[in-house]
Amino acid sequence: MAEILVLVDHADGAVKKVTLELLTKARALGTPSAVFIGAGYEAGTAEKLAEYGAAKVYVAEDKDLDGYVTAPKAELLAKLVADTGAAAVLVAATAEGKEVAARLAIKTGSGVLTDAVDVSADLVAEQSIFGGSTVAHSKVTQGTPIIAMRPNATAPEAAPAAAERVDVSVELTDSAKLAKVVEKVVLPKGDRPELTEASIVVSGGRGVGSGENFAIIEQLADALGAAVGASRAAVDAGWYPHQAQVGQTGKTVSPQLYIAAGISGAIQHRAGMQTSKTIVAINKDEEAPIFELADYGVIGDLFKVVPQVTEEILKRK
Amino acid sequence: MKIVVCVKQVPDTEAEKRLLPDTLTVDRESSNPVLNEMDEFAIEEALKLVEAHGGEVTVLTMGPDGADAAVRKALSMGADSGILLTDPALAGSDAVATSYAIAQALGTTEYDLVILGSEASDARTSLVPAMLAERLGLPQLTFASKVEIDGTDITVNRLTDYGHDVVKAQLPAVVSVVEKINEPRYPSFKGIMAAKKKPVTTLDTAAAGIDAALVGAGAAATAVVDAAQRPPRSAGVKVGDDGDGGVKLAEFLSAQKFI
Ligand SMILES: Cc1cc2nc3c(=O)[nH]c(=O)nc-3n(C[C@H](O)[C@H](O)[C@H](O)COP(=O)(O)OP(=O)(O)OC[C@H]3O[C@@H](n4cnc5c(N)ncnc54)[C@H](O)[C@@H]3O)c2cc1C
Ligand SMILES: Nc1ncnc2c1ncn2[C@@H]1O[C@H](COP(=O)(O)O)[C@@H](O)[C@H]1O
Repeated sequence: MAEILVLVDHADGAVKKVTLELLTKARALGTPSAVFIGAGYEAGTAEKLAEYGAAKVYVAEDKDLDGYVTAPKAELLAKLVADTGAAAVLVAATAEGKEVAARLAIKTGSGVLTDAVDVSADLVAEQSIFGGSTVAHSKVTQGTPIIAMRPNATAPEAAPAAAERVDVSVELTDSAKLAKVVEKVVLPKGDRPELTEASIVVSGGRGVGSGENFAIIEQLADALGAAVGASRAAVDAGWYPHQAQVGQTGKTVSPQLYIAAGISGAIQHRAGMQTSKTIVAINKDEEAPIFELADYGVIGDLFKVVPQVTEEILKRK
Repeated sequence: MKIVVCVKQVPDTEAEKRLLPDTLTVDRESSNPVLNEMDEFAIEEALKLVEAHGGEVTVLTMGPDGADAAVRKALSMGADSGILLTDPALAGSDAVATSYAIAQALGTTEYDLVILGSEASDARTSLVPAMLAERLGLPQLTFASKVEIDGTDITVNRLTDYGHDVVKAQLPAVVSVVEKINEPRYPSFKGIMAAKKKPVTTLDTAAAGIDAALVGAGAAATAVVDAAQRPPRSAGVKVGDDGDGGVKLAEFLSAQKFI
């Protein structure tokens, strides 16, 4: 069976859940080979990739691969595509993943499909477009199909394989080294689940009123084991970091449950959350557009409703 | 400094978007076309850079005949000139072909910097800026929330999953911006009047040096097989809060097995 290259999304070796989803999907398309770029490849990393079915892991640890914006990763992948004759390349549909895919597509003369929620054995991708209002099936008609899959779209399933380590490197061209990363600013990440991976997300908007007030959103999130999200209004006001932004220019989330508190439901916000399974809205304005999407809406003051529901959840636990 | 801003005309943000049933391409007729919102941030950033460092701003769009409206809007915000790349042969181009066409059109003008939006609101792929950088062999400074220029040095903050990267390069470069970067200005009445007199060059594929066989629906590297509209979400339950809104919500969550 042909190899399917899966670009590993990781933070210093800690494999993100989306990678396990990609490996799960890749098994139906061929033999999955994980591609690990950067530092931090350790026993735990290998174990995780093995557990979810990576037959091989191409490990590329050269610091330069990580020290410049996306181009080096695309060069390494292009080399692997040529060397392995891979049948497809799967990446996570994150900003970084999509840009690596973009450059790889030009290098290999291939088409790229973004925001896939599923891929069938014949490499037809299902895409949820226009904020989830349309389901399209698409395929790549030239080159090696490159498919960017949206996190949380499928459930990862274990199916152990060898994860045989194969060290790889590439002689980078000068043009891959034009945009140098001179500093990485890493914001502290709490122990809440990652936004795009979480099965429950609780988001706050302008109605929350201040950064301090986000504590009540966090308390509800913690009672549910949820991730915390925010609208652009809340992020721009400086109440919550930008990585928490849900929407067109933030993260697209598709959890089992999405709770929006003090969020009006502007089209740009809806674009990032309307494929959530169950949607709950808390808003004091009965006319807020978020209620059009909500399976359950409470018209009320979030400063009363949110603490009460939190207390009630803790009581019932 | 010469800056080219790439802008796209898209269906109205608020309108329901759909694919045409016969061609499976975005229906651009049934709603008002507008300038892609994100591209207003790109225009604003270009105007600010030119205000600080001198130079001029050209806006470039590839689209149907009527896409000159997007160019005019940019001109009314303060851009100096426009390029409209339009040709029936370009219709149905995917990101791979669009980036090729834009790269060729850029070859007809001079520039130190190309600025794009980080995402068009219709297809939402975020592919074109990185593809363009790859094709032009220029530094890719994308998802920028801050841009600084000092001589030929350019430094941006690139938003990432974990915070941001500080990225440095030399001009010429390709930048894409996020909506955190600035607050786009509104065109003034004077700006709107002045825009009418600003030069707009129209290019077809031949004039831009584009091989027509490499663009358009026929050349696309991807194809939509089928598409269906999802039934709209059915309206749910809406309750008022008579002091027990939180309790009622907990009951709902419990019934749905979330607690
Ligand atoms: C290019 C572009 C990209 C964008 N991208 C995004 C994006 O990715 N994500 C995003 O979210 N937005 C995005 N936006 C912004 C979007 O258009 C809205 O401005 C934003 O979503 C509004 O945030 P909000 O709902 O928190 O604020 P508002 O619209 O101000 O809504 C606040 C809501 O809180 C309610 N409220 C106030 N007080 C209380 C209370 N005590 N109890 C209960 N309810 C209360 C109000 O009734 C109101 O409905 C983008 C805009 C542009 C132009
Ligand atoms: N047809 C086009 N003409 C000019 N610029 C475009 C076009 N398509 C995309 N762009 C630019 O590329 C950015 C990202 O678009 P996309 O990759 O399609 O999400 C947009 O914000 C524009 O700046």
